[in-house]
Amino acid sequence: MSWLSDETVSRLQAAGALPDFEGTRYRVMDRVGSGGMGVVYLAEDSILGRRVALKALDFPDASGELAARLLREAHILARLEHPGIVPVHDAGTLADGRVFYAMKFVEGRRLDRLDAQKDSLFDRLRIFQRICDTVAFAHARGILHRDLKPSNVMVGSFGEVLVMDWGVAKILPSSLERPSERAPVGNVSPPNDSPTAAPSETAHGEVLGTVGYMSPEQARGEIASLDTRSDIFSLGAVLQYLLTNLPGSPPRPLSAIARKAMQSDRDSRYASAICLGQDIGSYLDGLPVSAYPENIFRKMARWASRYRVAIVLVLTYLVARALLLLWFRR
Amino acid sequence: MRQDTQIGGSSSKFPATQWSAIRAARSNDATERTRALETIIASYWKPIYKYIRIRWGKTGEDAKDLTQEFFARLIESKYLDDFDPSKARLRTFLRICTDHFVANEAKAAKRLKRGGRAVHISLDFPLAESELTRANVTLTAAASPERIDEFLEKEFLRSLFGVAVEELRMFCQSRGKETHFRLFEIYDLGDDGPQRPSYADLGAQFKIAITDVTNYLAFARREFRRIALEKLREMTTSEDEYRREARALLGVDLS
Repeated sequence: MSWLSDETVSRLQAAGALPDFEGTRYRVMDRVGSGGMGVVYLAEDSILGRRVALKALDFPDASGELAARLLREAHILARLEHPGIVPVHDAGTLADGRVFYAMKFVEGRRLDRLDAQKDSLFDRLRIFQRICDTVAFAHARGILHRDLKPSNVMVGSFGEVLVMDWGVAKILPSSLERPSERAPVGNVSPPNDSPTAAPSETAHGEVLGTVGYMSPEQARGEIASLDTRSDIFSLGAVLQYLLTNLPGSPPRPLSAIARKAMQSDRDSRYASAICLGQDIGSYLDGLPVSAYPENIFRKMARWASRYRVAIVLVLTYLVARALLLLWFRR
Repeated sequence: MRQDTQIGGSSSKFPATQWSAIRAARSNDATERTRALETIIASYWKPIYKYIRIRWGKTGEDAKDLTQEFFARLIESKYLDDFDPSKARLRTFLRICTDHFVANEAKAAKRLKRGGRAVHISLDFPLAESELTRANVTLTAAASPERIDEFLEKEFLRSLFGVAVEELRMFCQSRGKETHFRLFEIYDLGDDGPQRPSYADLGAQFKIAITDVTNYLAFARREFRRIALEKLREMTTSEDEYRREARALLGVDLS
């Protein structure tokens, strides 16, 4: 009998816990991560010959609550077709009873693994703008993410920025479709998005999200009254994270933007992710930002900074001209 | 009369999905009882041997005699009749029995000297001893009360997986799927660490496509899982207990 080391035993344990994809078109290759309610595997789609990511429950869910939530996530992703959101290819139930869905396999790194040396402030702000665009798109479709944080953002090998893990997303009542409009997926019925549906929707008082990134109202469990401004708070926390580990202290206008997004009073936050993204764009373009009132000196400093090349050229020209005049007067 | 009991007999004669070795071990049918005890001993002898070595600090020779004697008594004395699955897991029960047994070691030694037991069990002790050496177990650290249960749990899992791997090997051989098992052996059982070969390396080595490597490994893992769960089921007495154990040891929830 062969010797099984601790490492081998752990590997076999993981193999034993693998979802049974027998009978599907997918062949699991490796485990690539895990979230609150599921595990993500790298797999091969045997029909199309491409690699996909499969998210499946850790185990068959007897209560059906987690299965409904995972399926709900798949449905949310399916209705959010956007370059910043990973596309869903397929969903279903495995022979062992686990619900799963297949999505594009994204190669890259998570935003929480920033390289302080390589990622400049400019790069970070461009990434943040893309996150704001994606969240604004989801809000326009009536969906709150509710768990925005650096570890839920992937930066792909080709610079693509993807907002991941929509497992605790909330569908705003105003955007609900009639259930009859949605067809079942494979052998799985569409989830019930009704605000009163317990398995797929979070109940009032239940706290889902991540401490440090969730809004005060979300932390208090005020699920029913959450709106897009809760995600704005989380975006502010993500921005604050991006401003850390920089050489020197972060620019004041950017700190002011993060502060405004993270106001306890949600009426004082940005009205939308678009407005927040626009303020970041203004900063990058050297324009005034709404969160940072300027006095005349700050305005001049920003103006000088924005037109520094032109100012240097003009000053160089004037100095040269003055020197020439002096030279010819001799 | 001396009776030889060879561990590792095929349990496939029983309907694996329903059969419980614990229940069968209490059966009045002698054949059924012997088979059941073989199954239990196959999964537990190594953990118990290592437990005696570590917890009780016995030498290899003493631990070997004690393990032999313990399991011989398990067969003869119907220890398992006292086992109540609602109160403890089998491995906890066996650990307590082992502690009582080793505490009375002197008496047991005398009995052995008086002529030995009628039942002799063939167990590969040198293998168990070499496993202890390879695992580089710090004997005193593992013997601490806080860690001993954890140690026994891990050893039981190691033993269960070892039995399942052997059965998988036989299963693959009987179906002409030796390559499936070889891939599983290299990729999942190997201790290569960072040197672990990629699917492409394995494909080149066995002259098969990468997709075949994926499929063969998926097959072997699926069968391994099935066999391991069957073995686990044999060690439990009820569906509830089986599910609890599957969750605790394999992280699998069977609804």
